[in-house]
Amino acid sequence: MDGAHDMGGVAGFGPVEPERDEPVFHADWERRAFALTLAMGKPGGWTIDMSRFARENRPPADYLVMSYYQIWLAGLERLMAERDLVQPDEIAAGRALHPASPRPALSRDEVAPVLARGAPTTRPAQAPARFAPGDRVRARDLTTPAHTRLPAYVRGHVGVVDLMHGCHVFADASAAGAGEAPQWLYTVRFDARELWGDDTTAGAVSVDAWESYLEPLDGEGGRHK
Amino acid sequence: MSASHDHDHDHDHSELSETELRVRALETVLTEKGYVDPAALDLLIETYETKVGPRNGARVVARAWTDPAYRARLLADATAAIAEFGFTGRQGEHVVAVENTPRLHNMVVCTLCSCYPWPVLGLPPVWYKSAPYRSRAVKDPRGVLADFGVTLPDDVVIRVWDSTAEIRYLVLPQRPDGTADWSEERLADLVTRDSMIGTGLARSPQDPA
Repeated sequence: MDGAHDMGGVAGFGPVEPERDEPVFHADWERRAFALTLAMGKPGGWTIDMSRFARENRPPADYLVMSYYQIWLAGLERLMAERDLVQPDEIAAGRALHPASPRPALSRDEVAPVLARGAPTTRPAQAPARFAPGDRVRARDLTTPAHTRLPAYVRGHVGVVDLMHGCHVFADASAAGAGEAPQWLYTVRFDARELWGDDTTAGAVSVDAWESYLEPLDGEGGRHK
Repeated sequence: MSASHDHDHDHDHSELSETELRVRALETVLTEKGYVDPAALDLLIETYETKVGPRNGARVVARAWTDPAYRARLLADATAAIAEFGFTGRQGEHVVAVENTPRLHNMVVCTLCSCYPWPVLGLPPVWYKSAPYRSRAVKDPRGVLADFGVTLPDDVVIRVWDSTAEIRYLVLPQRPDGTADWSEERLADLVTRDSMIGTGLARSPQDPA
């Protein structure tokens, strides 16, 4: 979606302000909000892409004034409400008001193995790759109200395929509950002047793009169509 | 639930306490419903406050500086090379290491959210997740470096990596001069978190820690 989260190149946010000797968390509620979000992944059963969409899909003015963990918390509440796990009246009351569904919690013993395993997103290829390193490609000019990971600042611009990462779960499909629909994933490198004209101090900028985000340049084809 | 790090920053007090109450209420409801185990929450927090952090990445970088075969493995398959230390898993399932040279400087950002290589760097700092960094890194990385007090020669090309999928990037900074006879352990002390994101350089032996 074209939301406030898609920040690449947006002007006016001011300088970056590093914090000396920054703690991992800045308040105890941040610790708990972080841990609740990770722990609820098991009983909740949502994908990381659904989580990202639940966080970013809110009015731009809200997104920009909320702190990072406030956004996490709001995203978690939405994911749970959508699945009837916890309703807003229960959070307001501070106690359970509706029956729980049988969904086992993440146990303390599971924490280390679950974190160590993570959730790899590589999947077997269903088709040959359309592009190869060195191919020139154009990022498609896609807009959608749904989740996507093609940032606005590269749309319509021409870059070069730099790296291939195999086939990965397609974020747009996964966020929509449409399954994994794996696609080839590429790092596409753009000359910074292609993106910004002369108004840049970068040499090159790359994004990681699923195959359906990309189209071959006219006359150059895709090698393996 | 240690409160040792609690401080106010510039947040509004009443808003903060409202959020605090909300999180507490949520944890109570989820515990009553059997969806979370508070002991598991404690361990999740402890893991990222005390076990997983940029010290992990510093060990990886220091080994790459001292062991050419390890450096080659890291650049060929960073996920596997990092797993040699036992650093694996969540938000580091697919890692690519990118090497700085005298002519090329790499910087990593996630313009869309906050993607960051947790197993080697821990959880991201606030500035990494902030609008100023996410908006400006892809367009004006020299301006961002200036905010960190870093100036690079004009002939250094800056390459910015926007983490828009599940690939996570680790910058392999340049080894500081004057460290030829240093051990891997000593070198690791020179590897800062920011040098592995690309918003800083590794410390030189003369810099205060």
